Amino acid sequence: MSISNPAEGSPATTTTDVEEIVRPREAAPDPIPDDMTFPQLLRELAQRHGDTRNALQEKRYGIWQPITWAGYHQRVRDFAHGLADLGVGAGDVVAVLGDNRPEWLISELAVQSLGAAIVGIYPTSVGEEIVHILDYAQVRIVVAEDQEQVDKLLRLYDQLETLETIIFYDPRGLESYERDHLLEFTDIEAKGREYEAEHPDRLDEQVAAGRTDDVAVICTTSGTTARPKLAMLSHANLLSMGRSLMSIDPIDHRSRYVSFLPFAWIGEQMLTVACGLQAGFTVSFPEEANTVRADMREIGPDVMFSPPRIWEDMVSSVQVRVGEAGWLKRAGFAWGFRIGERVADRRVRGESPGPLGRIPALIAEHGAMRPVREQLGLTRVTHCYTGGAPLGPDVFRFFHAIGVNLKQIYGQTEICGIAVAHRDDDVKFNTVGTPIPATEATIGENGEILLRSPAVFQGYFRNEEATREAVDDDGWLHTGDAGYLDEDKHLVIIDRAKDVLEAVDGTRFSPAFIENKVKFSPYVEEAVVFGGEDRPSITAMVTIDMATVGAWAEREHLSYTTYTDLAQKPAVYELISEEVHRANQDLPESIRIRRFLLLHKQLDPDDEEITRTRKVRRGVINERYGELIEALYGEADTVTVTSTITYQDGSTAERQIELAIRSMEDFTPAPQRRRFAWSGR
Amino acid sequence: MSRAYRHNLNGSDLPPGSQQLEIDDVALRFGGVRALKGVSLDVRQGEIHAIIGPNGAGKTSLLNCISGVYRPQEGAIRLHGGDGQVRELTGAKPHRIARWGIARSFQNIELFKHISVLDNLMLGRHVHMRHSVFRSALFFGPARAQEIAHRELVEEVIDFLEIQAVRHAHVGALPYGVQKRVEVGRALCLQPGVLLLDEPMAGMNTEEKEDMARFVLDVNDLAGVTVVLIEHDMEVVMDISDRVSVLDFGSKITTGVPDIVRADDRVIEAYLGEEVA
Repeated sequence: MSISNPAEGSPATTTTDVEEIVRPREAAPDPIPDDMTFPQLLRELAQRHGDTRNALQEKRYGIWQPITWAGYHQRVRDFAHGLADLGVGAGDVVAVLGDNRPEWLISELAVQSLGAAIVGIYPTSVGEEIVHILDYAQVRIVVAEDQEQVDKLLRLYDQLETLETIIFYDPRGLESYERDHLLEFTDIEAKGREYEAEHPDRLDEQVAAGRTDDVAVICTTSGTTARPKLAMLSHANLLSMGRSLMSIDPIDHRSRYVSFLPFAWIGEQMLTVACGLQAGFTVSFPEEANTVRADMREIGPDVMFSPPRIWEDMVSSVQVRVGEAGWLKRAGFAWGFRIGERVADRRVRGESPGPLGRIPALIAEHGAMRPVREQLGLTRVTHCYTGGAPLGPDVFRFFHAIGVNLKQIYGQTEICGIAVAHRDDDVKFNTVGTPIPATEATIGENGEILLRSPAVFQGYFRNEEATREAVDDDGWLHTGDAGYLDEDKHLVIIDRAKDVLEAVDGTRFSPAFIENKVKFSPYVEEAVVFGGEDRPSITAMVTIDMATVGAWAEREHLSYTTYTDLAQKPAVYELISEEVHRANQDLPESIRIRRFLLLHKQLDPDDEEITRTRKVRRGVINERYGELIEALYGEADTVTVTSTITYQDGSTAERQIELAIRSMEDFTPAPQRRRFAWSGR
Repeated sequence: MSRAYRHNLNGSDLPPGSQQLEIDDVALRFGGVRALKGVSLDVRQGEIHAIIGPNGAGKTSLLNCISGVYRPQEGAIRLHGGDGQVRELTGAKPHRIARWGIARSFQNIELFKHISVLDNLMLGRHVHMRHSVFRSALFFGPARAQEIAHRELVEEVIDFLEIQAVRHAHVGALPYGVQKRVEVGRALCLQPGVLLLDEPMAGMNTEEKEDMARFVLDVNDLAGVTVVLIEHDMEVVMDISDRVSVLDFGSKITTGVPDIVRADDRVIEAYLGEEVA
């Protein structure tokens, strides 16, 4: 499909009902002169830097093991030759299922070298989700990480019509598997070298023939409503997005970056591939999932892009640690935080702390703020972003107060992940900022946000109809999000358009906004808010954070066994009531939470209650917990839920659990208990 | 650059299934107490051999005889190696037996609590380190090269047991289940021919037990190391063992595959007591 030319920024084409188009204040960046695809960029970097600079490094054997640009290029070539030997060619789709390792990127670039596209699958995906993606994209070859992933695929092998070959890169435990279609990564590379000897120039020709309009990556949409769709992104899309981002926040080859979020997520593709190859920085891969924190502290990244969950976890960990500290440290931190907040408020408006503010700011910085940043591995970070889901303004404030320049990014998979962002001196905690260069944003019918840029995707894979719904003839991407422009031309996101609800008095509100208020509490993991339509009031279903509530229970000498047991303790209800009350204080009367219950389990992506990127699937929740929601609007103080437990061997058991419902009407907050944003108690 | 392990953790060069450890009519007395009364059994290369029995049956005593801590008054314990090599363990010093490839973990964790996991594991390599005090102290030349080679193997053990996150942590600060894992790791660093595990799952909750059972299976299955296991949890024993030997009051009742042993009247009697006629 064609995209009208928005890069010029001329308002020549307009959509009906568009009142006002906001454009970035920066000029569109110069297009890359030679217009190279990712494999062409890699070849260029390998020629330029050879063995003098590192492209990747992975922590193995407890040590950071580097791969230079030349080494990286060579491995990509070998693997590409091996894939060519297996018959991969232009137009094919190859899938990768695994954690972030150099082999993931090597596979991606090798596949793109052959003119094919890569599709990533979240490593935590199971059964149906994997089948859906592999079948839909008609994948013949999957690169899987290890025994765990291979086992998943072998179990589904007979169901998957197109799947032929599984390539694995961690052979441990797979030694005794004897299957013809199961091959080791290094064997493919070895075969590739043989293939290269027979066909010496073929790959170079293929790489040279690559065009930036080719589809490079197929990304799954998050799928809060339905099965994930497969969005096709071309080299040009990703390159233009990367360029636009780097023109507002310069990133160069010295930038340190840790890649630990799934490559199946557009955000990770955005920085590692689109920015990484254009800026030429070194990508670091942590050792294991449970060493990410420690590895991040060692690297001290300059650039970070994470979904809200990561930032929320960081705040919780600080809250817990401060909560456990002695009174002197707490008092010191309280003072420092107050100063930090004041400085941050001025800085985000582009103002300096002022001559009298400088000295306390300096003391606070060294006494309180810097040590906290050090603990979080954020000492060096200059550009860090949150995106993928709304982040509560309180979390935002927290990071700015401790001196972390956190900025919101707004975008969708369909526009390569980023379209609107904050600028360094223009951060507002409740907005997502202004369009990045080469991007236009406006509000269409029903308050829907429309976006247009060269990064708008090529369409959904094998789904013309959905593509036509998403992008109109003028090239505007219909995001499905409701929002508005504030007085500073900042974009404010309300929520998914279909999730926006109307309270009894007519106030339009976003459940996510209320949920984020509640989720700011370190004790709350997830919250789902109900209301609107014919429901007379707002109610909520809350899940507790086992780690923090568990630690609290220990302090309070409260014994418990399981999650379910802990969640149903009256004292825990009392604790969460405090938190809900606190959230209610900031909300208008008509949208305060009236009743809530604590769910007997955590929301789990395996149960499809939440997406892999941790966005609540409201449809599933409404259906599965219909009885609970009804009870929230009833009179009773308890509701009985039948919980079906599926064990890992597939057997199931049923259990009746009584859940208490707490009403906020008769809640009186404990006096003199005022809690600060940074405090866990 | 394959991600496969470069080091073989199995120190035995015997073909799987052949007789590796031969315990021949071993008797052990402490004064008048007869801890072992003529116990004979053989352990084959590559199997998980469990030794079970009620409290005081002599299980740990037998393990101590194998590793040289106790010296039995009668009988012999022999370790077979490739090329028909036979080593007499009875009478040999424990450090010599360790050098011959018999590694063990203890019922009560015996680690150095104030040094890191990594250092504890490096100590497990001690028997394989050969260089002079002088060179080691200055850390140059072959000493340095050796240290690197040993560290590589230790890192593979760390990866194998999934303890990367606690590599630099002091052992004393770790949860009990992890300490147990570190102890098994130290034994593995010896590249043992036979791994003796004395109640590796004692005092663990179900989840920790499952983890440990999986690691024992991996050690045996993937690395090919022979495991001799003392364990009280019958469910675990029956699940993971290839063969089970039952001791009662210092005598062996039987040896066999789990299903046969489970059904053996004498075993039931030893555990549940004699039926009252």
